[in-house]
Amino acid sequence: MALDTPKRTFKVVGTRPARPDGMDKVTGRAMYGADITAPGMLIGRILRSPHAHARIKSIDTSAAEALAGVRAVLTSADLSVPEDEFIRDVQDNCMARGKVLYDGHAVAAVAATDAATAKAALKLIKVTYEALPHVTDVDAAMKPGAPIVQDGRTLENVPAGMSANVTSHSEFGHGDLASGFAKADKIIERSFKTAATHQGYIEPHACLASVAGDGKADLWCCTQGQFFVRTLCAEIMGMEASQLRVTASEIGGGFGGKTTVFIEPVALALSRKSGRPVKIVMTRDEVFKATGPTVSSSMDIKIGMTKDGRITAGEAHLRYSGGAFPCGTVDMGGQAAFAAYDLDAVRTFGWNIMTNRPKEAAYRAPGAPQAIYAVESVVDELCQELGLDPLKVRLKNAAKKGTKSSYGPTFDDIGLVATLEAATSHPHYTAPLGPNQGRGLSCGFWFNFGGNTCVSLNINTDGTVGVTEGNPDIGGSRASISQMAAEELGVPYEKVRTIVADTSSLGYNDVTDGSRVTFSVGLATIKAARAAIQNMCARAAKIWGIDEDAVEWKDGAACPAGPNAGKFPPMTLAEIAAVSAETGGPIAGHHEVNADGAGVSFGVHLVDVEVDPETGATKVLRYTVFQDAGKAVHPDYVEGQMQGGAVQGIGWALNEEYIYGEDGRLQNAGFLDYRVPVASDLPPIETVILEIPNPGHPYGVRGVGETPIVPPLAAIANAVSRAVGVRMTELPMSPPRLLKALMSKG
Amino acid sequence: MVKVLLWGTLRHATDGQAEVEVEARNFKELLDQLVAKYPGLEPQIKRGVSMALDGRVYREAWFTEIRPDSEVVLMPYMVGG
Repeated sequence: MALDTPKRTFKVVGTRPARPDGMDKVTGRAMYGADITAPGMLIGRILRSPHAHARIKSIDTSAAEALAGVRAVLTSADLSVPEDEFIRDVQDNCMARGKVLYDGHAVAAVAATDAATAKAALKLIKVTYEALPHVTDVDAAMKPGAPIVQDGRTLENVPAGMSANVTSHSEFGHGDLASGFAKADKIIERSFKTAATHQGYIEPHACLASVAGDGKADLWCCTQGQFFVRTLCAEIMGMEASQLRVTASEIGGGFGGKTTVFIEPVALALSRKSGRPVKIVMTRDEVFKATGPTVSSSMDIKIGMTKDGRITAGEAHLRYSGGAFPCGTVDMGGQAAFAAYDLDAVRTFGWNIMTNRPKEAAYRAPGAPQAIYAVESVVDELCQELGLDPLKVRLKNAAKKGTKSSYGPTFDDIGLVATLEAATSHPHYTAPLGPNQGRGLSCGFWFNFGGNTCVSLNINTDGTVGVTEGNPDIGGSRASISQMAAEELGVPYEKVRTIVADTSSLGYNDVTDGSRVTFSVGLATIKAARAAIQNMCARAAKIWGIDEDAVEWKDGAACPAGPNAGKFPPMTLAEIAAVSAETGGPIAGHHEVNADGAGVSFGVHLVDVEVDPETGATKVLRYTVFQDAGKAVHPDYVEGQMQGGAVQGIGWALNEEYIYGEDGRLQNAGFLDYRVPVASDLPPIETVILEIPNPGHPYGVRGVGETPIVPPLAAIANAVSRAVGVRMTELPMSPPRLLKALMSKG
Repeated sequence: MVKVLLWGTLRHATDGQAEVEVEARNFKELLDQLVAKYPGLEPQIKRGVSMALDGRVYREAWFTEIRPDSEVVLMPYMVGG
């Protein structure tokens, strides 16, 4: 669906109305996953592996089953083995089958009348393990002779002779690397590592499952995609989709981590076995140990540059580990690594390697932050070595309309140059720096996509409007959808209420991911509103006794289209709605689409830091985010996405990491030891929204949710490296790591 | 005929060719023809691919029209967070 007009004037879109979920969230009225209850509800608890890697020799549940108050005990023996490999991996991650693959892997579950009984029952389950050698480091896992996490998972694209932990290989790019590097005046090669980090959502996973005796089931859960939850759970449970209704609760953060299931099939299976509703709420320890962090990575980068700052060639070797199961995230990293640059010679090589860590789940722009961190670090170092302005170098090499991207397609209208120019002219870029301070910047990129989307829009007889969509609101989508409906219908924002439907009330909607919702649900809402408008124009035509084509919709009312249509006063939406029963029945608009044309997104981050030379602690002094939003529907929310991405990136760059002991067990499964940034760690995050309309959306909207987490890793690493005079090549740049670098400098 | 650009690791199935030509008027025909002409591509196509058509990325959309002069790039199936 193409852009309506490049210079449209909006009345509602672009304003900042009060968020519809605000009151509920600040008063405690909002219903999160753990708030759902049902009569006769049991409490479910999960027993988890204390080993990083072990064969399950036997599980004796008899004592637990005999405990008073226990109504069901579950192991993988209670579940069938799905034929589909993807579903089988999801199920095996929810409940280990044969082997435990990481510390915290689920091995059994109980449902009991109360939490204390459930906890006591877990202690009565006797699991006999045969401990196996483990590997948690991505480079170690790739070596011949490394402990094998799973055998037989290697795809056809992996060359023979590699470790069985290597599951896939990908290569992207174009041009002649050797010739490109030969043109360079300076070539830098560096190796980088990044730690696995968790999405860190405040709300732990929670669900309530209720399976009736006739096989019909209901599931309430906090998720980014109730329809996908239904697909996964129905497959695992052997149910028809129509028999399982999934309702998404209010969600306390997801960031990609709630795009799959961890406890939902377990709760359903316990409910089916016990005949009672079963509720499971994860502890924070479980969230860290058994839900997906992002990949850990190890990367080698080589970039050549001329004296005047033209990049002549770029090469990246990316080794990602998505934990104990095959994972395709490295493909996204390989495509994103050099996307900001217009290059004649570029190549990325990606490898996924299994390790004894939890199964990776998506985390905003999965795979891109790591690769772009490494590439942007080397670009920055080349600028330092050649005495060049890092923003001017990026402008000189920036991808633009007509650039053949590093991953293949030719770019259409994109906003990278505009964001770089905005950064260049911003006072932040030229502000003075003090001792031990450094300034860094980085470009960021994400693909964005659309996907399967259904919207139903109902005109109520009192002139208000109800919009039903199928994606949980993780970033303000109910407000932005209402705004787009109001804009199109010509009614005030306050007249529209958008709700999120359960899986039995609307057609299939893809997961809330890929920064797709404001783009694709917005697009479907506009189309649904236009269908309703057509209906309302037809009703007015009937009332006036004129042809439907002689009626047009202007400023929220049907009007005669020109002098030949006759003289009738405009009929407002409310007036048409009030007589809808008399003119043909309820008025609604629907739209179903597999949306395309999402349009890629670019951003630039600029950051100042100060490093304490005595402690190695880094303080972020100033941070500015520049991003192309296409059209910011609700600028508050767009700024919130930009600020949130920056903050998560600050944590990733400076402190957050999964730390494993020699025994392969996670050492810091809690917010005391896994340190996310808090308000007192942060300066105000300044935002500059640019609006280069997306030609694939009627209002020009682009997704904005993922791009902001891409640049911070490199921007902060570049700032820290300049502050301390040592190129930092491993994340997080925690105080001990920085202190070591400072001491090695002498 | 439509020219299709493949990513590097698919070239093992096309005798090293980075770009191949197939007769196709839409995405579905493109996938079918690629599998028919280069059976080694089938495992990846079954796992999932995206298609960039004149710079616009499609994840499914079988009946998206492809013109003979369109720029067609085969990409891994896109995932996000």
